Amino acid sequence: MLADKDRIFTNIYGLHDVSLKGAMARGQWDGTKQILEFGHDEIIERVKASGLRGRGGAGFPTGLKWSFMPKEDPRPSYLVVNADESEPGSCKDREILRHDPHTLVEGCLIASFAMRAHACYVYFRGEYIREREAFQRAVDEAYEAGLIGKNNKNGWDFDLYVAHGAGAYICGEETALLESLEGKKGQPRMKPPFPAGSGLYGAPTTVNNVESIAVTPTILRRGAEWFAGLGIPNNTGTKLFQISGHVERPCVVEEEMGIPMRELLERHAGGVRGGWDNLLAVIPGGSSVPCLGTDMCQDITMDFDSLQKAKSGLGTAAVIVMDKSTDIIKAIGRLSYFYKHESCGQCTPCREGTGWMWRVMQRLERGEAEKHEIDMLFDVTKQVEGHTICALGDAAAWPIQGLIRNFRHVIEERIDAAQAARIAAE
Amino acid sequence: MAVRRLHSEQPATFEFTPDNLAWANETIAKFPEGKQASAVISLLWRAQEQHAGWLPEPAIRYVGDMLGMPYIRVYEIATFYTMFQLAPVGVVAHFQICGTTPCMLRGSEDLIAVCKSRISHEPHQLSADGKFSWEEVECLGVCANAPMVQVWKDTYEDLTPALFEQVINQFAADTPPTPGSQIGRKASSPEGGLTSLTDPALYSGGNKN
Repeated sequence: MLADKDRIFTNIYGLHDVSLKGAMARGQWDGTKQILEFGHDEIIERVKASGLRGRGGAGFPTGLKWSFMPKEDPRPSYLVVNADESEPGSCKDREILRHDPHTLVEGCLIASFAMRAHACYVYFRGEYIREREAFQRAVDEAYEAGLIGKNNKNGWDFDLYVAHGAGAYICGEETALLESLEGKKGQPRMKPPFPAGSGLYGAPTTVNNVESIAVTPTILRRGAEWFAGLGIPNNTGTKLFQISGHVERPCVVEEEMGIPMRELLERHAGGVRGGWDNLLAVIPGGSSVPCLGTDMCQDITMDFDSLQKAKSGLGTAAVIVMDKSTDIIKAIGRLSYFYKHESCGQCTPCREGTGWMWRVMQRLERGEAEKHEIDMLFDVTKQVEGHTICALGDAAAWPIQGLIRNFRHVIEERIDAAQAARIAAE
Repeated sequence: MAVRRLHSEQPATFEFTPDNLAWANETIAKFPEGKQASAVISLLWRAQEQHAGWLPEPAIRYVGDMLGMPYIRVYEIATFYTMFQLAPVGVVAHFQICGTTPCMLRGSEDLIAVCKSRISHEPHQLSADGKFSWEEVECLGVCANAPMVQVWKDTYEDLTPALFEQVINQFAADTPPTPGSQIGRKASSPEGGLTSLTDPALYSGGNKN
């Protein structure tokens, strides 16, 4: 178990002073100027050495992403922080933003400096209104204390702005976010060009998740080796896990990467409701990743590589637990509805496919289908997957694929039962 | 995607109050010269807040004029982003019930049933007295405190149908409940006691984070 002294977020539940004074007492903003004195490239090297992988879901190495930014360019560079936390199951950035906001404010300064950006926008999902207000208070405090802004104490001119959306999951996709930030519909852009070449207002831009940026000050203060020494190889450091669904005590908690799923649930969330044997399935990384059946949950560890090997993913580390009382077809079908609702409509496979898949899922839920349609549905998910500009199409396909892989027998039993009921009624 | 249309009855005009106008100009100034359109969502949102929680058509044109945007581009924003309410909502409370799987697993369907019996049978319809309305929304990012509802800026979490009835009653009595967990737990900490962050050394001022 992660020791308290190795936790980065020490006020995640808001039990202590949220203000700048409180944050400083907990060790934040300590020696920020000395960190900047490492120099742009050395900071990037150290973040690379820490092994930090992006905390927004894809797990791309953060330092490497930063290194794609041009070193000399006549255009301004931007850091954009993705606070559009919308992946069902995910509720970790919310706690950073409202309870530990100075981790992010300081992180924004350091990351912007590393990428030679003098301006940063933090884009909030529209619903996080109190979170936005709390974060804005932290930004204002940092300006007043001369930690950021023009001619600040840390020696790098830096402006931090707060922006927001208004209810569109797709804006969590980095290029849709940039479109939204430019005042347009949030519809993803074709890549290339990648944002590092042409991002916000056509200028070099890096988009990072809240948690990825918020952990960097501590990594640089305590050393890349410290962070790399936590977790397991290629999956280093600590991670905020969000445990929801059928556990005794749902919660958000910071733990080491690679913690066994069962240990995570039992140590922090009181275990599965009704005991481990009452477990039916777990979605380990937010709604987009395929669910795992009980046999796989027994020994699986919570990290990018092992979950990928198990044909699922760590995603945002949002663990959605379902016990045996769950109608698994309905639970996954509700996610299909989510993706249908959130499709931006730009690409045909997604615009049409998400609605089609949802309608079939509704019939499967009632058992009003033929068994060959299960294979047809699987085939359609494969037609959608990989054929859209962004990953929303993939995200709509994967939960259904996970359902069919792990719970085909449940779907077939439902169809058999419905057919038997029809025959009996005739 | 959802089909979203403007309401059939619209006010004749809209303009920001002086305070909101000053705020709007500050907001526009956050973005580089020539990039005023970046402020469109913030301005429309403020217009909705000023106009009893829904966005009227004259406000779309007003914001378009302010930002130098064609009206159709602003209309596009208003219809794309689902937090813009295009028709009147309850003046006391518009309940947004999260219905996505993490909330569904912990009983959001029962909360929707409460809305149907207490407020109106269909979403986006006003209650008989015009005070309340409701809708089912997609994941609000409060999953460790499911099921939950949002009203205006605040969330009411860890609900049961009985607790939700209490929340509605308190709004009806003009004494809105305290936001957050309705079972008294602090934020998303595990109910019944912390499993982390218990080392007093973290908070004695000597921590090196």
